Amino acid sequence: MIDTYFIPLVKILFVLNATLIAVTYMVLLERKVIAWVQVRLGPMRVGPYGILQPIADAVKLILKEDITPARADKWVFTAAPILVMVPALITFAVIPFGPSVHLFGRDIPLYITDVNVGLLYIVSVASIGVYGIILGGWASNSKFPLLASLRASAQLISYEVAVTMTLVSLIMTAGSLSMVKIVESQFNAGLWFIFVQPVAFVLFFIGGLAETNRAPFDMAEAEQELTGGFHTEYSGMRFALFFLAEYANMIVVSAVATTLFLGGWLAPFPNVAWLNVLELIPSWMWFLMKTFAFLYVFLWVRATLPRYRYDQLMRLGWKVLIPIAIANVVVTGIVKVLF
Amino acid sequence: MGNAIAFYVISALILGFAMLVVTTKNTVHAVLFLVLNFLAVAALYVLLTAQFLAAIQVLVYAGGIVVLYLFVVMLVNLKRPPEDHSAPQRRPWLGFALAGVVLAQLGAILVWGGAGDPVDPHTMQNSDLALNNVERIGMLLYTDYFIPFEVASMLLLVAMVGAIILAKREL
Amino acid sequence: MATEARQMFDTEELVINMGPQHPSTHGVLRVVLRLDGEKVVSSDVIIGYLHRGIEKLSENRNWTQIILLTDRMDYVAAATNNVGYCQTVEKLMQIEVPRRARYVRTALCELQRIASHCLWLGTHAMDIGAMTVFLYAFRERELILDLFEEYCGARLTYNSMRIGGLPLDIPVGWDKKVLEFCSIMAEKVDEYEELLTHNRIWLERTKGIGVITAEQAIAIGLSGPPLRGSGVTKDARKDEPYAAYDEMKFDVPIGTAGDTYDRYLVRLEEFRQSIRIIRQAIEGLPEGPIVGKVPRLIKPPAGETYHAIESPKGEIGYFIVSDGKSTNPYRFRVRPPSFCNLQALPQLIKGHMLADVVALIGSLDVVLGEVDR
Repeated sequence: MIDTYFIPLVKILFVLNATLIAVTYMVLLERKVIAWVQVRLGPMRVGPYGILQPIADAVKLILKEDITPARADKWVFTAAPILVMVPALITFAVIPFGPSVHLFGRDIPLYITDVNVGLLYIVSVASIGVYGIILGGWASNSKFPLLASLRASAQLISYEVAVTMTLVSLIMTAGSLSMVKIVESQFNAGLWFIFVQPVAFVLFFIGGLAETNRAPFDMAEAEQELTGGFHTEYSGMRFALFFLAEYANMIVVSAVATTLFLGGWLAPFPNVAWLNVLELIPSWMWFLMKTFAFLYVFLWVRATLPRYRYDQLMRLGWKVLIPIAIANVVVTGIVKVLF
Repeated sequence: MGNAIAFYVISALILGFAMLVVTTKNTVHAVLFLVLNFLAVAALYVLLTAQFLAAIQVLVYAGGIVVLYLFVVMLVNLKRPPEDHSAPQRRPWLGFALAGVVLAQLGAILVWGGAGDPVDPHTMQNSDLALNNVERIGMLLYTDYFIPFEVASMLLLVAMVGAIILAKREL
Repeated sequence: MATEARQMFDTEELVINMGPQHPSTHGVLRVVLRLDGEKVVSSDVIIGYLHRGIEKLSENRNWTQIILLTDRMDYVAAATNNVGYCQTVEKLMQIEVPRRARYVRTALCELQRIASHCLWLGTHAMDIGAMTVFLYAFRERELILDLFEEYCGARLTYNSMRIGGLPLDIPVGWDKKVLEFCSIMAEKVDEYEELLTHNRIWLERTKGIGVITAEQAIAIGLSGPPLRGSGVTKDARKDEPYAAYDEMKFDVPIGTAGDTYDRYLVRLEEFRQSIRIIRQAIEGLPEGPIVGKVPRLIKPPAGETYHAIESPKGEIGYFIVSDGKSTNPYRFRVRPPSFCNLQALPQLIKGHMLADVVALIGSLDVVLGEVDR
């Protein structure tokens, strides 16, 4: 009884809260990191070193007037931000933060659940996230947001193909779709998969940037283009939800990349005995460190690189990433068969 | 017991959404109800411990195909004039007759199709099949059902090429 | 067969209005675009939102007061405006400017060129998405603005020239600070190059975009980096030297392809050449008076003259008509480089995508204050 209901519930509450707090503070982290790259300080006034800035932002947005455009489709207009946020959050159900720990006389695994098709679950849930963007643009009943949302969703779908093909070669290397088993196979191999599949890592990173609409692939939200893109007509907390969903997606992509390529909760060289001193740092701490390193690279890239034009972006996805991903699958298959 | 309740609830949802798809006036709403329908079907798959199929249902159907339906619906302004509803070439009785024929065929398949006895979900839960979903499906696809697999991929290729030819500006 | 199939789809052109309030039009510029999908079919450039009547106002101001007005045309590069105007009047009045004043004028003009190009680089890069370069470029512009503030007290509208020379001699230690700045700037230009010049995304966004051939450039009447980017060797500093440019050694960068990338490279190289000129001007600064023999009341003889100098945006020309009797000009006319360069815009953006429009406006480097006056 306790094992099937109570413990997972506690885990769910914990993970959800932690994620939502992390997402809110990602806003501050991004502003600070980009500011420091740009020789500025970022938010400094609210709280010491700007720590309370996200709370101030949240309070401001909640207190703003909630405007729904006159002829917008009310149900869909309300549902769109939800449809972007929910898939990002439910992905955390299968991400393994660590192996089993012994607490209160029980063995509690540090993940909410281990579905045997975990990776596929993540990809399919991510594809639902596209709906929020399309419907957000359409429900605003206005020309520019609709066009912008269709562009953004076309970008998402194209890069989904590339990312899924990349993951195929990774699944072949790991031999399983379950997230926990992938980490365990990295333990058995003694190597993080980034060394085994470097091409897949690069492709996944680029695809992840495009999937989350981040620079250099953020043409859909660039202010220099047609107004504000698909979230032009949104105000207040709904607008905030779109942005928070983007950060949540970023965290999801980082967590997935950590699990797949950087060994999840494993310390570097997990099999080497004399490096076991690294195990003094708890496994979930390793996971968090790696995820944040990945997130930092996301922010770093945004601060540095210019933006791709939309047609160049699509050409990159279809004509460059997908062929390389397919070639990677073929090569992985050959290597697996021969060795 | 829990399984039975879940099955009936999900089936009700599936049928309900399907009804809404054909009866809604707003096209975009119809497409959205279709998405919900597909998601409910995926839930049904999970109930049958076919997790791989559930994930693929969401990924391909709900997340891919219906998105493209939505694109078309949103971009192309399909507005039929109301007179079309009572045009002489529309014969409702023919529709009902054909639907009845199809229903009879489905019923016949169910009763005499040799589907075998239903498997108890509890034994399915921990069986080899549940844990090795992907492997089993992969084996079947590439050995017993190899030819349908290849034919299906050829069909998709033809459809893609056709779409490109129709939409490209200059060849 | 494809075209017949396309005609089945009822497509229409989209008319989009960019500006006058728009983050990337660099001022109050309005461009009405007709798009077919993403490609620009035709466009209409509408200006005049910043017209303040400077030329008419000048007819009611005396010759020295007009220097204030010239600041406000190309407000990004005010010192060059001042120099151009003062030299035009000096040409009409046949006043000789002492050597020291000419050297300081050269240094100030070139500092101004660097400042203007910093702003150009920052905004151009930001439009294309590289936000960080904006802040780096402005950091350097701040250094220049500090130098100017120390010299004449203002950061944007300097009023830093007088007819016949300069209002003030340079403050003590200013020349050392300028040389320090030159060394800092030389490193920073390398930093900008590292971030952008060989960056794959930058290349894809600027190479081959907005190509102007040399003949087209001359036909439209372009000047400055847009003209030189297309391969035409024309620079007022070399062709008709003014101030102390005839005594300076420097090169004028010329592009080849006439696309946005070449204009970018030309301006980047101009950074380096300006640093070179400033070093020569400050190190070789002669002693002497800072203002020439100028009558108390400036009343040029009756006549007209035209004089052009090379401002950072292109060739800025002043045409003044004096009737010899009053202290105000009879007619004051400016040939602003941005106005003439902007004429190329409709032709440039035709056939390009919407995202390229902002890149091209940035590449032409227009300042609306100059266009509208």
